[in-house]
Amino acid sequence: MANTTVDPLLEEIIGPTPGQLLRKRVFGHQGLMIGAVVLVLITLVALFAPQLAPHDPYAQSLVARMKPPVFLGGTWEHPLGTDHLGRDYLSRLIYGARVSLMIGAIAAAISGVIGTAMGVAAGYFGGRVDAVVTFLINVRLAMPVVLVALAVVAILGGSLTVVIMVLGFLLWDRFAVVMRASTRQVREREYVAAARAIGASTPRLLLTEIMPNILNNLIVVVTLEMAHAILLEAALSFLGLGVQPPTPSWGLMVSEGKNMMLFEPWLVLIPGAVLFVMVLAINLMGDGLRDVTAPENRN
Amino acid sequence: MLQFILKRLGLAILVALTVSFISFSLLFLAGDPAAALAGETASGEDIEAIRVLYGFDRPMLVQYGEWLWSAVRGNFGESYYFKLPVSSLIAERLSVTMMLGVCGITFALLMAVPLGVLAAMRPNSIIDRIALFLSVAGQALPSFWFGLILIVVFAIQLRWLPVSGAATWAHFVMPTIVLGYYAMPAIMRLTRAGMLEVLSSDYIRTARAKGASELRVMFRHALRNAIIPVVSLAAVQMGFMLGGSIVVESIFALHGAGYLAWESIARNDLPTVQALILIFSMFYIVFNFLADVLNAWLDPRMRSS
Repeated sequence: MANTTVDPLLEEIIGPTPGQLLRKRVFGHQGLMIGAVVLVLITLVALFAPQLAPHDPYAQSLVARMKPPVFLGGTWEHPLGTDHLGRDYLSRLIYGARVSLMIGAIAAAISGVIGTAMGVAAGYFGGRVDAVVTFLINVRLAMPVVLVALAVVAILGGSLTVVIMVLGFLLWDRFAVVMRASTRQVREREYVAAARAIGASTPRLLLTEIMPNILNNLIVVVTLEMAHAILLEAALSFLGLGVQPPTPSWGLMVSEGKNMMLFEPWLVLIPGAVLFVMVLAINLMGDGLRDVTAPENRN
Repeated sequence: MLQFILKRLGLAILVALTVSFISFSLLFLAGDPAAALAGETASGEDIEAIRVLYGFDRPMLVQYGEWLWSAVRGNFGESYYFKLPVSSLIAERLSVTMMLGVCGITFALLMAVPLGVLAAMRPNSIIDRIALFLSVAGQALPSFWFGLILIVVFAIQLRWLPVSGAATWAHFVMPTIVLGYYAMPAIMRLTRAGMLEVLSSDYIRTARAKGASELRVMFRHALRNAIIPVVSLAAVQMGFMLGGSIVVESIFALHGAGYLAWESIARNDLPTVQALILIFSMFYIVFNFLADVLNAWLDPRMRSS
């Protein structure tokens, strides 16, 4: 924060620095701030799950099955009630945040590495490399994601690792599309030509000139794909071919509550609402990041 | 134009071939298909007999070629579970899924286009904010959860609609809303962006200067041009939606191709799963191709790229 020492009069003449402008855009963007705050809260809950959860999320109790939540006449012993096996719903929700965030983050990281490598190569080298990558993107888009993911998980067996790997290897398309387009734009800039003229090697050009300048777009896609992966995991688990019981996954909780939906709709409403809020927060953050980093919104 | 179409057609066929190879390879991802088919109690000889019977002992590429050649002629083999030809199983179920897809995309367009136009007419107004909220919320709404909520409210509490099945039009109302809502945000955003761009162009100012009514300017002049990319997006979304119908069909027990896919996956009925992956991919490829051709036909600038 070197700017704080600048003479106020001088600051009025030279105007705000780019860093100050960025901070102003970030903190002035409602959606981005709401999304970021909610996501930070959920992440903290996930990190401190053992300290925060009132009960063991796996502990069953046959005498305390389907206790209602506090707001439906339950007790504070189980603030959000218990499920059909008498497991504390709040504790399962808290541990479920870990599962969702972990799957989202790792799947987005895997697909991010694959998609970025493909997209940057296509955008930078063009020609045949571009043709091959564009073709692969087309093939990937033609495959129905849910169907293929379900089939592969069914074949390999539903475990956390399999679900993460399948999603990671399926969701790279948007990374490839966006990184290809951004690289093509950046490649034509003068500073890239200048670096090339002074004899920078291709890996060096990619790492020090191209990558830093497409990083903002990459971060936006990472957040959006993380949300996508979390939603897909929930859908797979809901269909019974994702994360397997007794792991606390929000999609699985909705699926388990579905049979009692007629009498105890809260069993379905609570985990779905939490999932909705989390995905909404990540999307708001992604959209917000796109707004504040988009060149047309500068100044 | 013809050159463009031929090029796109060639690309579409190549994509289709690659997808067919990937869906065929699923059989081998499962390990030994003969052992899986024979069951856990089968002896080594039984497995060998099944291997020869189904031709699993031959090289993979030969099997692929044969499978593809039969598939092109509409023969996808026999379902492991139903012991019926896969093609007739799918043909029976596909009409429900197609019906759902058409209803879904119609619902999405009927919601998204007017909302997008209204939002573009008054940027930052209440309507614009509502439209933005609906689209942001739509992208975050888990479709299976949305479907269950509709069931709780409209089928169980209010008793307006049947819970599940496909007997009458009323059975399609909730599935249509769930599937259509999934496609709505993208169409709405594109309509809004397209309208905003068109509305700032010279010919709209000219039309207004001539004294054309606001309604006429909007629909006769602006929407006609803004709708082009929307139509091709709708075609692409239709392809995506058919693939996504698996979740919706399983919630509402709608016995379409998506439901068949779910059942077949759960039962390890690989010939059916392979055929369904291929067919859903084909829908996407065909709709994408049609969207490309439509774009090129309406906008000659697209033909060069």
